[in-house]
Amino acid sequence: MARVWDVNDLETWDTRIRARVEAYGLDCYPQEFELCDHTQMLAYMAYSGMPSHYPHWSYGKSFEKLKTLYDHGVSGLPYEMVINSNPALAYLMRDNSLLLQVLTIAHVYGHNDFFKNNFTFRTTRAEYTIPTYKAHAQRVRSYQEDPSIGLERVETILDAAHALSMQCRRNLAIRKRSEADARQAAIDAAQPPADPYQRIHRPRVSEVPDLRRTPIEPDEDLLLFVRDHNPYLSEWERDLLTIVQEQTQYFIPQIETKIMNEGWASYWHKRILDSLDLDTDLQLEFIVRHNQVVRPHEGSINPYHLGLRVWEDLHRRAGGGADGDAAIFAVREADRDTSFLRRHLTEELIRDLDLFEYQRKGNEYVITEVADEEGWRDIRDTLVVSVGMNSVPVIRVVDGDFGGKRTLALEHVHDGRDLHPEYAERTLAFVYQLWQREVTLDTVIGGKRQQLVHNDRGFTVKSGK
Amino acid sequence: MPPIDSVFRPFRPSDAERSDRAAGDRARHRDKVRQAIRENIADILAEESIIGKDRDRIIKVPIRGIKEYRFIYGNGSPGVGTGNGQSQPGQVVGRQQGQAQGQPDRAGDQPGVDYYETDVRLDELIDLMFEDLELPDLERKRLREVPSDAIAKRKGYRQVGIRQRLDKRRTMRARVKRMLTTRERDPEADAERFPFHEDDLTYKHLVTDVREESNAVVMCLMDTSGSMDTMKKYLARCFFFLLYQFIRSKYRNVEIVFVAHHTEAKEVTEEEFFHKGESGGTLISSAYQKALEIITERYHPTLWNIYAFHCSDGDNFDTDNSAALRTAKELTDVCNLFGYGEIKPMGSRAYESSMLNVFRRLDAENFQTVLIERKEDVWPSFKALLAKDRVSESAAG
Repeated sequence: MARVWDVNDLETWDTRIRARVEAYGLDCYPQEFELCDHTQMLAYMAYSGMPSHYPHWSYGKSFEKLKTLYDHGVSGLPYEMVINSNPALAYLMRDNSLLLQVLTIAHVYGHNDFFKNNFTFRTTRAEYTIPTYKAHAQRVRSYQEDPSIGLERVETILDAAHALSMQCRRNLAIRKRSEADARQAAIDAAQPPADPYQRIHRPRVSEVPDLRRTPIEPDEDLLLFVRDHNPYLSEWERDLLTIVQEQTQYFIPQIETKIMNEGWASYWHKRILDSLDLDTDLQLEFIVRHNQVVRPHEGSINPYHLGLRVWEDLHRRAGGGADGDAAIFAVREADRDTSFLRRHLTEELIRDLDLFEYQRKGNEYVITEVADEEGWRDIRDTLVVSVGMNSVPVIRVVDGDFGGKRTLALEHVHDGRDLHPEYAERTLAFVYQLWQREVTLDTVIGGKRQQLVHNDRGFTVKSGK
Repeated sequence: MPPIDSVFRPFRPSDAERSDRAAGDRARHRDKVRQAIRENIADILAEESIIGKDRDRIIKVPIRGIKEYRFIYGNGSPGVGTGNGQSQPGQVVGRQQGQAQGQPDRAGDQPGVDYYETDVRLDELIDLMFEDLELPDLERKRLREVPSDAIAKRKGYRQVGIRQRLDKRRTMRARVKRMLTTRERDPEADAERFPFHEDDLTYKHLVTDVREESNAVVMCLMDTSGSMDTMKKYLARCFFFLLYQFIRSKYRNVEIVFVAHHTEAKEVTEEEFFHKGESGGTLISSAYQKALEIITERYHPTLWNIYAFHCSDGDNFDTDNSAALRTAKELTDVCNLFGYGEIKPMGSRAYESSMLNVFRRLDAENFQTVLIERKEDVWPSFKALLAKDRVSESAAG
């Protein structure tokens, strides 16, 4: 099916597509396309699409895994990869047919527009993405080459930092309070509320807030907390924690908007290609390829499929045409996956998609709710708590000096889902490694409060009070 | 809205060729896999019966430890899936991973991801196993060293040589140098042509590097009497298989002698040693006597490093014990190391006679005994006999 094409053809098609993109009112960063072969694509995938990235064995592992899956034909390669930067950078696979390239180019502009306009991406500083990653890579390499540090020690810190990297704030649009603000807020909260009938009420005693505690309010940024409050880390160790934290922060918006973003790009490639008057053979190939991408994956969720269907439904319900456009443009700016699904995944749509909720019973996964009158809300809510960062347990630092022994007290905010015990044990060892003093984690396992402890005598579990 | 700019960067094969950016990280990951295998060798040997298998066979090795741990939810939490239009409550939509692949002995609660399996060639595994081991106290017995390897090695440059070894870069450089000096001396010289001269030609010089290795012989003595049941024989063969592979992979010119014994001992081939069963009573001294004979005949201790290893269940005729002790003593006099491995599958130790008690009276520094009770013990006891640090420990002590 591969058609012979060259870069000039792509440029011609790109000009036509851009005219459409502008006519539809998409608002994009300048776009760069780079053609690459499959080995390069595998490498870009392993390194999160970045042209330069610091080295770590886990990327080698991920490359090997991707390559094995690809070589054995288990999974294909994506047609493209776009990274959120200004100018946006996209990789096109050289071996793909002309139609796939055209489809991909249109799809890329969808992502580009989303990166530029969705509120979650405002904190990512797209202009600096590529230079930042390059600087990170250089710094990590310089520590590895430093004879007083060396590869092994850098790797040890990175292993631990990677284990904790997802333990951070989820909604970056909410500013984190500075310590002074947090202190003020604690004092304010301790004051009795203003009482218009002071004269007839007994005066209320204001409680004394505990201002000596660090952190004053529970802190979700585990790496940053360790960096700022463990005085025994060296400069390079702190820097590695910063690097890992910054890179995670960069990717959180993409994790938080996977369904919206893929759906948005699919929605626009469909509309753009439909408006291009393709020749019959191209049109047929387009239908085949498009359906491959957005087909439902039975038993799981295909973000391309779900996202596209919600966007289409939204456009239709808003009255279609210009009204529909206005509605979807507003949503693409102001929502992320959780709010997007909570607000716009309707009962009819859930029925239409035949979504169901399943649960493990013994060794089998069994359907517990189907898309009917009683079930649809449960299905939606279960879906909402499993998308984006909601699939990562919330672990917060409660006290950085528990009992005056510099014990790090953590709590798991239990929402009905238990931690994986083996993973919790191993990950707690990484916290201990970075904190270098006793670490405790309060959680609930099987309905019972438990405290996982890691100290110089190793790992223990205490039953909670 | 401002117009959108776009740029296409065409594919450049030159970039693609040098773009194996993951190479370093892949190598590091591979190291970690090897490390994990090394840490689990005892388990692997106990689980996989690699004994007597072909060296380039690929075996599956379960390893732990290269997982990337994070705080994650256990798999008891509910999820959402897409149906085909006919979803019913109670319908089974999937099974736990790992269970379907027929591993009934795994704990049902743990997902299959607990193990990470990797394919390893058997000889790679053997190399990994023997990395830290060597024949202890190998002395250089100078009289009959065998040149073990003759490798051609680069060593400097020469003005003469054969055409294949012409170093083009250096030759070019010599010509450029000569050209510059000539032109400086005589700016009028012919600028058009400046051909190569005999003096420019530079050749790589090769020398043959001969590595010398000391002579060594390893004597494998195994009890094949009737009391050695299948399990005991299996353990003994495990041990000798490791020993044999170890020597084959580390020492090219080491000779190996196989002796099987019951009430009498005879020298056998490798094939017979590993695959033939015998029966009868046990006279351990017969094996030692045979070994001593072979040593006197073929491997004089002044010329050879001699290593003798004996595996038995220790069920010797009582009358033979003093003879065994005496011959063992003689063996320790001529050997660099004499190792005795007693095979006692769990539970059988208490009510059977043991040679370990007899050999306690044998006082020689180069005599080592190990007890093998289970197949998991084979590797640790093997290591105990050959580990490098044992040598340094005894040297320090």
